[in-house]
Amino acid sequence: MIWLRGHLGDVLGLTVQHIYLAGVPLLLGLLIALPFGWLARRYRGLYPLLIIGTGLLYTIPSLALFIMLPLLLGTKILDPNNVVIAMTIYTVALLVRTVADGLGSVPDEVNQAATAMGYRRVRRFMSVELPLAVPVISAGLRVAAVSNVSIVSVAALIGVPQLGSLFTDGFNRAFLDPIVVGVTACVLLALLFDMTILGATHLVTPWQRAGKASV
Amino acid sequence: MINRILTWLADGAHWHGDDGILRRVVEHLEYSLTALLIASLIAIPLGLYIGHTGRGRFLVVNAVGAARAIPSLGLLFLAVLWLGPKLSGDIAFLAPTGLVLVVLAIPSILSGAYAGVEGVDPAARDAAIGMGMRGTEVLRHVEFPCALPLILSGIRSAMLQIIATATIAAVVSLGGLGRFLIDGLAVRDTPQTASGAVLVAVLALIVDLVLALIQRLVVSPGLTGRYGKVSLMDAETEATSPAPALQHSV
Repeated sequence: MIWLRGHLGDVLGLTVQHIYLAGVPLLLGLLIALPFGWLARRYRGLYPLLIIGTGLLYTIPSLALFIMLPLLLGTKILDPNNVVIAMTIYTVALLVRTVADGLGSVPDEVNQAATAMGYRRVRRFMSVELPLAVPVISAGLRVAAVSNVSIVSVAALIGVPQLGSLFTDGFNRAFLDPIVVGVTACVLLALLFDMTILGATHLVTPWQRAGKASV
Repeated sequence: MINRILTWLADGAHWHGDDGILRRVVEHLEYSLTALLIASLIAIPLGLYIGHTGRGRFLVVNAVGAARAIPSLGLLFLAVLWLGPKLSGDIAFLAPTGLVLVVLAIPSILSGAYAGVEGVDPAARDAAIGMGMRGTEVLRHVEFPCALPLILSGIRSAMLQIIATATIAAVVSLGGLGRFLIDGLAVRDTPQTASGAVLVAVLALIVDLVLALIQRLVVSPGLTGRYGKVSLMDAETEATSPAPALQHSV
């Protein structure tokens, strides 16, 4: 812990980097997954295609993806954007299915009622289907958030600084302290992401609490 | 770049010998399958037991969620630095690495087995008991076959995790395809690094497809809806789930 006291500034800097590299892809991935999930739901024939397609992306091991992206995109290997894009790909891979299943969890009669009340497709999606799908989507988002935080640390092997850099640093010097601090910080960060999503879900789904209170 | 990768891959010298591609593929598969087997032997019986009896559910749900948050690279380095000095020779690297591969694979398989048994239609379980089956018979003849799709999806996501972690384990001097990536990065040999990345991605893809095929073959057609007209689309979509029981994470 003496080590941590001496390097608190560094660790905080790396934590901020880590939050950026794991958090931004989460938002980007959600934005991209929403239309795809909707497509998979709207056109049933596309469902298996989209699910299998995005599932295949998820099979690519992270280190391999980190290395291949700069070659495909023409970016520099140390460019943090590679990590952001790779993590966005993983997030989309996880969320397309979640969004589709979440939209599918909206009861048919609710949709019919909305249509009968004069809601057109876009408005119905924005104000009825999407809000009701939030609990399922949020569950998927929490999984994506936690695994993003863990996967980002692999980027230390290609030299992009974040909490994973503490692992390589500690290993190269056969020194446990930075590794223990890094692992702890990663787990705490995953917890923070998880709580944030839980809190946000709580805020945007007031009817879930209303239901519980009246029972 | 694509051309340089193709040139590197087309070079026969890179395929043969002790550090050739073929040898590395075999190594990668050896590590991965061994870890998967050990993890399955631990996690499937445990998951079935928990699903069947309902004991320890809280533990599984939370442990699985927490395990997902542990960074594999950090765990790998910790294991090697901690356990390595206590062992000698090759085993000093192999044992800690193998341990990490197994530990990281257990949560997916465990939650698959547990969620699979728990998700069995209570009517099917009641029918089995009504027919006079005892606890273990219900488990063997009804719960296990019904849980098989989720057990196998758990195994599939565990295998992906193992293959990815075995790749980065090259940094603690494990063999396998990760060698091309780590060694290539170390000496800035881009064609070798990139070819290694492509090979690992292809290996992961093929292994996942093979497992998906096995899943299709061994799961009872009565569950997947491929048999008769009973639409059990839900069972089929669950069967192809990359990670079962995700909603259960902390």
